[in-house]
Amino acid sequence: LCTNVPKPQKEEVQVTFVRANGERVQSKGKVGDSLLDVVVNNSLDFDGFGACEGTLTCSTCHLILSQADYDKLPDKPSDEELDMLDLAYDLADTSRLGCQICLEKSMNGLEVKVPATVNDARS
Amino acid sequence: FSKFKYFSTLNNEIKVCIVGGGAAGFYSSQYLLKHLPNTQIDVIEKLPVPFGLVRYGVAPDHPEVKNVINTFNKTAQHPNFKYYGNVSLGKEVTLDELRKAYNIVVLSYGSEIDTLLNISGEDKKNFMSAREFVGWYNGTPGLEELNPDLSGEEVILIGNGNVAIDVARILLTPVDILKKTDITEYSIEALSRSKVKKVYMVGRRGPLQAAFTIAELREMLKIPNVQTIWRSADFEGITSDTVTSLPRPKKRITELMLKSLQEAPKASSDDKQFLPIFFRSPIQINGDSQVESIDFSHTVLKNDRAIATNDVEKITGQLVCRSIGYKATSVDPSINFDDKNGRVVNKHGRVLMKDSTEIDKGLYVAGWLGTGPSGVILTTMNNAFQISQTIIDDIKNGELNCDEKKPGFDYSKFRAVTWDDWKKIDEKEVECGKKLDKPREKIVSVDEMLKLI
Ligand SMILES: Cc1cc2nc3c(=O)[nH]c(=O)nc-3n(C[C@H](O)[C@H](O)[C@H](O)COP(=O)(O)OP(=O)(O)OC[C@H]3O[C@@H](n4cnc5c(N)ncnc54)[C@H](O)[C@@H]3O)c2cc1C
Ligand code: FES
Repeated sequence: LCTNVPKPQKEEVQVTFVRANGERVQSKGKVGDSLLDVVVNNSLDFDGFGACEGTLTCSTCHLILSQADYDKLPDKPSDEELDMLDLAYDLADTSRLGCQICLEKSMNGLEVKVPATVNDARS
Repeated sequence: FSKFKYFSTLNNEIKVCIVGGGAAGFYSSQYLLKHLPNTQIDVIEKLPVPFGLVRYGVAPDHPEVKNVINTFNKTAQHPNFKYYGNVSLGKEVTLDELRKAYNIVVLSYGSEIDTLLNISGEDKKNFMSAREFVGWYNGTPGLEELNPDLSGEEVILIGNGNVAIDVARILLTPVDILKKTDITEYSIEALSRSKVKKVYMVGRRGPLQAAFTIAELREMLKIPNVQTIWRSADFEGITSDTVTSLPRPKKRITELMLKSLQEAPKASSDDKQFLPIFFRSPIQINGDSQVESIDFSHTVLKNDRAIATNDVEKITGQLVCRSIGYKATSVDPSINFDDKNGRVVNKHGRVLMKDSTEIDKGLYVAGWLGTGPSGVILTTMNNAFQISQTIIDDIKNGELNCDEKKPGFDYSKFRAVTWDDWKKIDEKEVECGKKLDKPREKIVSVDEMLKLI
């Protein structure tokens, strides 16, 4: 999916996932990884995340970005990504699908919100 | 560690039976195994093979959607998970027996029949439900003999949800594309002889109330050699102004319809046609023994409901599929079932006692059986997770006592199919598929499945 991998030498990028209850989950990925890859490779515990394994047919990898980060992303969402997002819960103007965002060096320190799941609803 | 302190039952295994091995059954298992310590889960499934509508509903040309099966497979590997296929609630076991054998029973056996139009002529030849047609091409045991007659040029689909779109797409997609999927070989054979050129998809209400979703529509618009032809009259009054004020999902799908309507058809006479029609409600099915046409009354919207007028339009079609929804049934007399709405009576997944508002402790319902047959796998997943969390909360709050040691049920007297047995069937299907250059060739007969184990 990520065709724009710039260098063979893969550099690490820090990403923080923020759950709806405010809990911050720090992790890192490599340049060229998608945010879904970061969740999978770090075994981050978001129930049901990435059900279709990045094939743009589920919207379980829904993430919400800050307006500034959203605007900075090099690629705008495709029609197909927006179509899937239309089915997502808690859709925001700055929603994206994690499987469609690929890390670049400039994204180091990125923070994304993981929309509420049942898991966050308790305690 | 602190999260375990709520469970006085820690030293006692909590025995859970999940009835139905579809998406709801697997997502409930996944969540409970992860978040409820010391659980032993038995899934019983009517068919030898698991996955319900993920295997038998999801269209063969949407293999990506079936990736959820990889997660189900992981759940099935959990040491505290057991699968018993070929065991039906209401046949091999009763609900009372299960309640005695387990601390918790989760009903998730789905919606297996269809809603009727309740107009005369639904029994005519080549008038069928989309459920049957889907089951036929997807290899649902018992539907392989459906033999839809595809020798006519026109097909009418009544209802415009995603299931209707699936049927339209299977009828209109070039067979060369379909034959690389896990569609049954007998359907490919029939579809390769199909004479179908036009598929009408008729909805009772207007474009703004269309039930299909945008991804499915966009896919239709891209099928090679298929033109989508809308009726501009159906879009009267829908202007760019009305569209801008809609919420984003409605706005985008309406814009896509309008764009497609405005694009002059790049017609070639060989093209097949997909014809969505709105504001038409079926009133009569015509034909001698086989269906020939349907009379539709023109409708108008009043408070979002379709009200029939005296205007009637006849649309000809030699194959008609009713696609107005699935419906659940009660499979055991002790289930508190709401016949009218076709679902188990429940409050947030907790099943209620018959003729009472009281909760029947320890009995839950998940998936389409509890919510009604709508939404996608994502919806079912969220529902199953939520109900599993409710179970955990009920135990935590002392509403549900699981201290009693339960034996579980002994399925050895039946010809129960284990997970390893299913793997044998699975391997055989993949092997048969290889020869045909397909991901798998499904085995349709239950007897044949059982012979493999
Ligand atoms: C034609 C069609 C296409 C679809 N396509 C998509 C799609 O592309 N994408 C998407 O996201 N969603 C799709 N869906 C929706 C999706 O299939 C459902 O959301 C989901 O499968 C519902 O899960 P469930 O577990 O409630 O029911 P089911 O999947 O139906 O599972 C119920 C299970 O219970 C078993 N059972 C029945 N009776 C008994 C009994 N008495 N005892 C024991 N077991 C029993 C059944 O055999 C079945 O395995 C589609 C649905 C249909 C109908
Ligand atoms: S993982 Fe399914 S759409 Fe991203």
